[in-house]
Amino acid sequence: MSFWNYLINGLSLGSVYAIIALGYTMVYGIAKMLNFAHGDVIMVGGFVIYTIMNGAGLNPLLAVLISIVACTVLGVVIEKVAYKPLRKATPLAVLITAIGVSYLLQNVALLIFGSDAKLFTSVVNMTPISLADGQIVITGETQITIIACIIIMIALSLFIKKTKAGQAMLAVSEDKDAAELMGINVNGTISLTFAIGSGLAAVAGALLCSAYPTLTPYTGSMPGIKAFVAAVFGGIGSIPGAFIGGILLGIIENLSKAYISSQMADAIVFSVLIIVLLVKPTGLLGKKYSEKV
Amino acid sequence: MKKLVSLLLAVAMVATLLVGCGNAQTTTTDANASADGQAVFKIGGIGPVTGAAAVYGNAVKNGAQIAVDEINAAGGINGVQVEYDFQDDECDAEKSVNAYNTLKDWGMQMLVGSTTSGCCVAVAAKSAEDNMFQVTPSGSSVDCINGNDNVYQVCFTDPNQGAASADYIADNAIASKVAVIYDSSDVYSSGIYEKFSAEATQKGLEIVAAEAFTADNKTDFTTQLQKAKDGGAELVFLPIYYTEATLILKQADTIGFDTKFFGCDGLDGILAVENFDVALAEDVMLLTPFAADATDDMTKNFVAKYTESYGETPNQFAADAYDAVYAIKAAAEKAGISADMSISDMCEALKGAITEISLDGLTGVGMTWNAEGEVNKDPKAVVIKNGAYVAM
Repeated sequence: MSFWNYLINGLSLGSVYAIIALGYTMVYGIAKMLNFAHGDVIMVGGFVIYTIMNGAGLNPLLAVLISIVACTVLGVVIEKVAYKPLRKATPLAVLITAIGVSYLLQNVALLIFGSDAKLFTSVVNMTPISLADGQIVITGETQITIIACIIIMIALSLFIKKTKAGQAMLAVSEDKDAAELMGINVNGTISLTFAIGSGLAAVAGALLCSAYPTLTPYTGSMPGIKAFVAAVFGGIGSIPGAFIGGILLGIIENLSKAYISSQMADAIVFSVLIIVLLVKPTGLLGKKYSEKV
Repeated sequence: MKKLVSLLLAVAMVATLLVGCGNAQTTTTDANASADGQAVFKIGGIGPVTGAAAVYGNAVKNGAQIAVDEINAAGGINGVQVEYDFQDDECDAEKSVNAYNTLKDWGMQMLVGSTTSGCCVAVAAKSAEDNMFQVTPSGSSVDCINGNDNVYQVCFTDPNQGAASADYIADNAIASKVAVIYDSSDVYSSGIYEKFSAEATQKGLEIVAAEAFTADNKTDFTTQLQKAKDGGAELVFLPIYYTEATLILKQADTIGFDTKFFGCDGLDGILAVENFDVALAEDVMLLTPFAADATDDMTKNFVAKYTESYGETPNQFAADAYDAVYAIKAAAEKAGISADMSISDMCEALKGAITEISLDGLTGVGMTWNAEGEVNKDPKAVVIKNGAYVAM
């Protein structure tokens, strides 16, 4: 019976990783850059909701919507200010800038909100499902997280396959210059990618903080790294890959905590990553592109 | 920077030498006499009365002041009045050493301090050189007393909190199957856990789950709690700080794990967390030496005086400081020291005497000290009832 509990906890954690990983993988797939500030956008989203719910006392759903808008704007602004001027620079320069943005966001939050942990009021108000005489409990947060994750995954896949903007993204991801020649607005497409990725980060922030109700300026950084691992695990650039990678990572983490060692859980998670990459260097669902000379 | 530090150190060294000379000449004339020429004992105190840890320093300052006032009103130590001076260290080790030097210039013969562990370690190194008798109310690190035979603690050391917790749980038959959730990346938490685990086994407690978390992974405790639940734990021991404890309490409630929780002084402060539903902390027990609502005469008297003078309820630091002053008094009376002795002679006499006394204080009944400087007292625990700490 406990096994199912561990599995459900892993599924819940994995779904949060998956939502974050979707944002990572989209930005990487299209802009070919690792946006290390992604995790911190989650934190900003959390603080926006926290401030609105505790300061203005608004409805949780409204708070989440405002947070999505705020993070979308933030993502676009970060892209315009910090990444766009470096579009022609080396990937390393962009990577370092992303790390810089990550620290900037953390420290601004530290300045405004202080370092002490805030207890987050859950935005989810659903009755838990009890199975097997209450031995298995699926909380409202877990239900919403898993459902949200699946909806987002399907919606994103449809968006990319069926819409013009999605096709433009695919084109930009395959060849930026050729896409530009075909009349695609590359900058606009990249901005849109950041907007969607950051909006997803806000959703992830709301779900993460509701399931694990604590909020500090560093809340986003570890889940951000884990989600990055999940994205690489599933094959970076691939949307179903990010989904599967996230879910698997969450389950592996929880089961190793439960059956091997709670102290070693992180080490085991990262070992699995290394093994997968040794066997399949592009990740589970990653595509292999041959470099054209 | 290095140059500046060595220069400062050199200046400090010369200054200490000079101070030493000055004191040697004036010891018998004015260093231990009050303004009107009467012989007095001079007790100094150090702690942060400004800055981020100001709550602790102010509590120590005020708690010791109450003890000194009581002692003077009752005729002093060995018939000699006590003078008391407290210096601020802003919770900074360097400033704490400066404060120590200032107090020495004033003529301090015995020290109550420093309040925080880091400062206390720095000051203890200086006081050991001078062979000055020192009692720290709340410096809980073992480094405060390690290698310094002139320093004594009123609080438990970090590892001893672990042993004391296990003893308390076993002796009061609170539970026989326990689980532990601790932070393996934190020295305070893992130190308590190791000692707890050893002592618990000796006392016949069964540890059904010993689960760790790390600084990188401290938001999801459901798996650890589930393991504790499956192991049939009647009590979960939490040698951690209150921030993580709030999450553990909430997640235990979510998975329907109805058990007892027991923590150490790191849990002190859990009721003050913003947005925390204190109902979740109902019946949580924690090992803290002092509960302001205890009904014994000594505590009632102390709390009344403290509240009247300083307008707030005293915390455990105030009580520790109060006991520190009385420990000095008891040792001084046992040793029969007089105010005209040199600092070093006084320290030698007190060192011998403090290991022989037994003190009934606010933070423990029948407190004794060993030669290493550790206190031995019965641990006291409080339980949270209706959002307030209540003595058990």
